[in-house]
Amino acid sequence: MDETKELKTREMVINMGPQHPSTHGVLRLRLEVSGETIVKCTPYVGYLHRGTEKLAESMTYLQSIPLMDRLDYISSMTNDVGYCLAVERLFDIGLPLRAKYIRTMVSEMSRISSHLLWLATHALDIGAMTVFLYAFRERERILELFEQLCGARLTVTYPRIGGVRNDVSQEFIDTLYQFTEEFPDKIKEYETLINVNRIWLKRTIGIGIISAEEAVNYGLTGAALRGSGVDYDVRKHFPYDAYSLVKFDVPIGKNGDVYDRYLCRMEEMRQSNSIIKQCIEALPTGPIMTSDSPKFTLPPKDKVLNNMESLIHHFTLITKGPMTAPAGEVYVATEVPKGELGFYIVSDGTGRPYRMRIRSPSFIHVAALPRLCEGGFIADVVANIGSIDVVLGECDR
Amino acid sequence: MIIDGAMELVEIEKGIKIIPGASTVITTLDKVINWGRKSSLWPVTFGLACCAIEMMAAGSSHYDLDRLGIIFRGSPRQADCMIVAGTVTKKMAPIVRKVYDQMPEPRYVIAMGSCACTGNVYRTYSVVQGCDLFLPVDVYIPGCPPRPEALYDGLIKLQEIITKEKMRWSPLR
Amino acid sequence: MEPSQIVKILDGGFAGEVIATSEFRGQPGITLKKDRLLDIARCLHDTPEFKFDLLRDLCGVDYKKMKKPRFEVVYNLYSITHRHTIRLNVQVDEKQPSLPSVAGVWKTADWHERECFDMYGITFDGHPDLRRILMPEDWEGYPLRKDYPMAGPDDEEWAGFKEVLKKAEEFKKFGWHLNERK
Repeated sequence: MDETKELKTREMVINMGPQHPSTHGVLRLRLEVSGETIVKCTPYVGYLHRGTEKLAESMTYLQSIPLMDRLDYISSMTNDVGYCLAVERLFDIGLPLRAKYIRTMVSEMSRISSHLLWLATHALDIGAMTVFLYAFRERERILELFEQLCGARLTVTYPRIGGVRNDVSQEFIDTLYQFTEEFPDKIKEYETLINVNRIWLKRTIGIGIISAEEAVNYGLTGAALRGSGVDYDVRKHFPYDAYSLVKFDVPIGKNGDVYDRYLCRMEEMRQSNSIIKQCIEALPTGPIMTSDSPKFTLPPKDKVLNNMESLIHHFTLITKGPMTAPAGEVYVATEVPKGELGFYIVSDGTGRPYRMRIRSPSFIHVAALPRLCEGGFIADVVANIGSIDVVLGECDR
Repeated sequence: MIIDGAMELVEIEKGIKIIPGASTVITTLDKVINWGRKSSLWPVTFGLACCAIEMMAAGSSHYDLDRLGIIFRGSPRQADCMIVAGTVTKKMAPIVRKVYDQMPEPRYVIAMGSCACTGNVYRTYSVVQGCDLFLPVDVYIPGCPPRPEALYDGLIKLQEIITKEKMRWSPLR
Repeated sequence: MEPSQIVKILDGGFAGEVIATSEFRGQPGITLKKDRLLDIARCLHDTPEFKFDLLRDLCGVDYKKMKKPRFEVVYNLYSITHRHTIRLNVQVDEKQPSLPSVAGVWKTADWHERECFDMYGITFDGHPDLRRILMPEDWEGYPLRKDYPMAGPDDEEWAGFKEVLKKAEEFKKFGWHLNERK
């Protein structure tokens, strides 16, 4: 009997990642477990730190757009839009209405494609393989549409400061409209696969609960915050592009668990679909580039090829960049699929940003991961990682 | 078994002969082993950045890598091919190398995307300028990110490399 | 609440702390001294009229030659209830780059302050766990400072990476790889 008294239990340390199939990239977690229960969870990030902020400080405003694609590579369109909006605010230039609508449309397409990838991997982590294959089928259609629009599937570089790169074709609009007609049925299909699945329900309901106050205090944004019942959507609070001109609801959860966050994102996909539809129906005619500030925007391509001045203008803009940035600092936020993406730009009056800060939602969501995981089981870690929807490229920048 | 002298060997492909009626194939060990290796490449799932998404797209329903016998494995111990998909940072480099060291021989490395090939635009303090600095790369796939078709092409190139190998199974090599 | 009112109340409560106020593109900003930052943060977070419950962003800026003092730490605050924003620019001196941590007020600040420390070498007093976050823990130098070269220092490579290169060279002799054979 005396011997057993001396036997002590102690916590075991488990390392998870960076090479792990369900950490969504290169996230590393150090878990201290007592049996199956997690006592302490410490995330380690920075395995994909590429120095984007430093790099952007050495480039002109125009040159930085491709870098923004590669932050949140799942929904690069929204990142580009966010960056362009920040620079437009700095230069104080407006957008033509058609460009606004196109941007809204492509942002929402990007949102759907990002949520589909989230759904696919989240379900795969929890054990529903079929959803993965189904969701990728629709995602591929959106990527094909992007390719038709601008020639790239993932890293689009489509929005420009003061507009968009090229106009949408009628064929693109038709195909997209066809997609929006069919997509709601597809969402129903995913829901029939998992909504009443007992394993899915057992593994999501009541897991990773976070209250509304805490969620705000941790700085969660996007569906991760709305799952806890806080009505905060940048598209409603600070409307940009054409979001003030279209009707959409912001889905709000109640319990703040993995299941509610899942429900929010599913509803968001329906709303995005409806926004795309409204944009197509209301798409006005007109220019796609602003004429507010000719020193800033690129001249149309046919003029560049035929007009000497336009050619010089194009050449100086590309090589030197606009030299007229006003000195000042702006913080502009946009609602990306992951949450609030903010760009804080400090300009010193030259053509390059003096300081470019990217407020990435994933970084903050990973910081909240210990709060969600501690006290739960090891198996629920992957459910929590999936539900906060992180992408490490954006987290580490 | 006695081979009938009157029976002629039929060469169905260069280096592969069959004996009609005897259901027997005569060829070199090289051919058999290389054929086996190239037909079931199992890459380790090692997504680093953007290219990992295209790698996933290549593996999922639309492009379906499974039909080439390529099945992603979660553990490097079960894999014989590593697709370095994305930017390798200096912080990540020791881990990439460790995963590679855990793989059993014969092993192959595909550098997918410009970042893994050369570092891409990221000439910064934290990015490794090409993963071939510390890994023996067999196939480079440029592109940012390469399309799934490009990944296919890279994998087929790797299969071609494997077919041409000689005596890689033998200690006498 | 209007930003001018916020400034007025702050100036009343914390006399002498506000150095300057600015407004650019409709975004109000306040430049502060660092000494009573924690009290100001608590006040902004707890007072029902302000209720700045969301710390949207925290970052450092290095004004190497442009301004004195050299560093600034920028807080972007938002109130979800009242829908008003404010930006706090807190000045930090180069000789003693430290300021009070606000991680106790907003949990978001925890990792942001670690990142700021990682990138600029600004320390935060009272932070629960101030370590490097994005760079490896034994990394030297602060990358986002303006005097740090973009491609890293030419002569000095990070020890961890040198080790990998050495290991790669060493392990070549065990490789079956065709390119590696003599």
